Amino acid sequence: MNGLHFLLASMAVVFVSLWFVRSKAAVVFGRWTLLLCVAAVMLMPFVWLVCAAFKDKAVFNEYLFLPPLDKLNSQTINLDNFRSLFAPKQTTQGPVSFWRYVVNSLLLASTGTFISLVLCSMGGYALAKFRFRGRGALLTYMLASMAVPGVALLAPNFAVIYHLGWMDSYAAILVPSAVTAFGIFLFRQAMTAVPDELIEAGRMDGCSEFGIYFKLVMPLVRPMTGAYCLISFLGAWNSFLVPNVFLQTQSKLTLPVVLNQFMGVYQRDYGVFLAGTLLAVLPPAILFLAVQREFISGLTSGAVKQ
Amino acid sequence: MSQAPSEIAIVPTPQLAATGVGPHRRRLQMGGEGVAGYLFLSPYLLVTAMFFLVPLAWASVLAFYQTNGPSSRVFVGWSNFKFVLGDTDFYVAVRNTAVFAAASVLIQLPLSLGLAMLLSSKDGRAKNLFRLIIFLPNLVGQVFVGVLFSILFTPTYGLFNRLLQALTGWGLDQRWLDNPSLVMPAVIIASLWLYVGFNMVYFLAALQNVDQSLVEACRMDGASPLRTFWTVTVPAIIPVATFVVVTSTIGSLQLFELPYTLLQEHGGGYGPKNSGLTIVGYLYQYAFRNGDLGTGAAVGWLLTLLILIVSVVQIRASNLFGSTK
Repeated sequence: MNGLHFLLASMAVVFVSLWFVRSKAAVVFGRWTLLLCVAAVMLMPFVWLVCAAFKDKAVFNEYLFLPPLDKLNSQTINLDNFRSLFAPKQTTQGPVSFWRYVVNSLLLASTGTFISLVLCSMGGYALAKFRFRGRGALLTYMLASMAVPGVALLAPNFAVIYHLGWMDSYAAILVPSAVTAFGIFLFRQAMTAVPDELIEAGRMDGCSEFGIYFKLVMPLVRPMTGAYCLISFLGAWNSFLVPNVFLQTQSKLTLPVVLNQFMGVYQRDYGVFLAGTLLAVLPPAILFLAVQREFISGLTSGAVKQ
Repeated sequence: MSQAPSEIAIVPTPQLAATGVGPHRRRLQMGGEGVAGYLFLSPYLLVTAMFFLVPLAWASVLAFYQTNGPSSRVFVGWSNFKFVLGDTDFYVAVRNTAVFAAASVLIQLPLSLGLAMLLSSKDGRAKNLFRLIIFLPNLVGQVFVGVLFSILFTPTYGLFNRLLQALTGWGLDQRWLDNPSLVMPAVIIASLWLYVGFNMVYFLAALQNVDQSLVEACRMDGASPLRTFWTVTVPAIIPVATFVVVTSTIGSLQLFELPYTLLQEHGGGYGPKNSGLTIVGYLYQYAFRNGDLGTGAAVGWLLTLLILIVSVVQIRASNLFGSTK
């Protein structure tokens, strides 16, 4: 019998006694308790990660989360993990600072997101609003291409990238994912809802086709833009297989690849490793908080139409 | 596909131009829209030709060659396929992947649906917060979950082991990532934490299609909640449920990054005795560690075939199930 058992048992007692008084109240109580438990389970690893990143090496395993209040001082909680994380590390290819990987990841993910946002929305606009020969066939082709799993083509893609001379360059990562059938479909879905009259009016006023797309249509699909930026950024930020296969120079690597590599290096020093993991988790979290409303509504509207 | 924009511009035939009424006049304008359309789509056409069609064609060729890196190759006929289909490691990978896919559909999706039902009714802010919290792990992706959980599963000190001990009195010293029979359960636990919120979002959307007046009518007639669920809720969410089952099976069959990072220090990414080896892990090992792109391409074809068969069977099954309702 411990604290956790006591908590669960008292919840059960409350539930049962409520059931005898008013079963409806018991259901409400049960639902919220269940949700609280699930939320606790979902949040716990994150809370643990934050604590672990700031805990001193000497007490890392001593306390599960934070030291008790009377032991809470700069001996137990400090920034040492971050200091040693950012100290330039000697690698086989010279010293590399952790900043380098952070910058690489930020640069690759944001450039990739921006490029694919522009190119996918352009493609989506063309498929939503232009009638031209081959449009139906193109749509079918795009759907079919989405059915082939990307990893299945990784080996031949490696050969293509090799013959283009793009090994160990960011082009190998950015160009193949610069515009995807999935992204085009998302924007096509949103842009079909834009009224044709608006586009006609733009043409009457002498706006160019690109101007209509950029100045009239894009502002109207802002929710989808937000959702797409998040999906695309998360995909690029978390991507491991492709950079792991195509990048070789240590100073060009991205955070997921480096964290995976660090696991062996910091076997005895998890705090430093977890400080790096915490930093790697922050940018997507910040972006998510900025666009979360659009994201959830974008996702659900997509799902309803399935 | 690769038609040049200038060819498409000349659409109208003489008759169309001559009649010049209603629909035909509209046809005439299509010339201009065609040019613009293909211009807007040209980045996609280039990228898909270069990084989808060429690799697709190359995959067919490559699968019949033995390669040592991308530059040297020898024609070997069907022997790549024969080798893979005769390799016990490949079947270990298929079994592990199948176990994971089954767990995704049978454990994770019911949990997602349950959470969605707990969170579906209207009342506001608190539920939005819960949705957000449950969705949160999806921000960090497979690699971060892999590296994080590799430490959470540490014997004696890991958060997961301590929590298990506190709840059940068992498990503090379990070596989840060193014991071949516990490796796949560990991968499944980590993936539950990661993905349960993702599919919940789809089910939340699906539950909006459930006719609340029917649910109310069932309750009036004294039907049990379980019966109401099967006769009203299930038929309404079948289309989205099918979509979720098919997409998460396809995703599961391509599992790689989570076990590979979780097991990085345990069997080099594949777990002790290959107990965490997946089909894509097998592909990765042959194509990029051993430099045998031919075998990698052959495994790619086999994986595509497997995904195709499983998806078709699932969609057929759901149609049968839907029509008997």
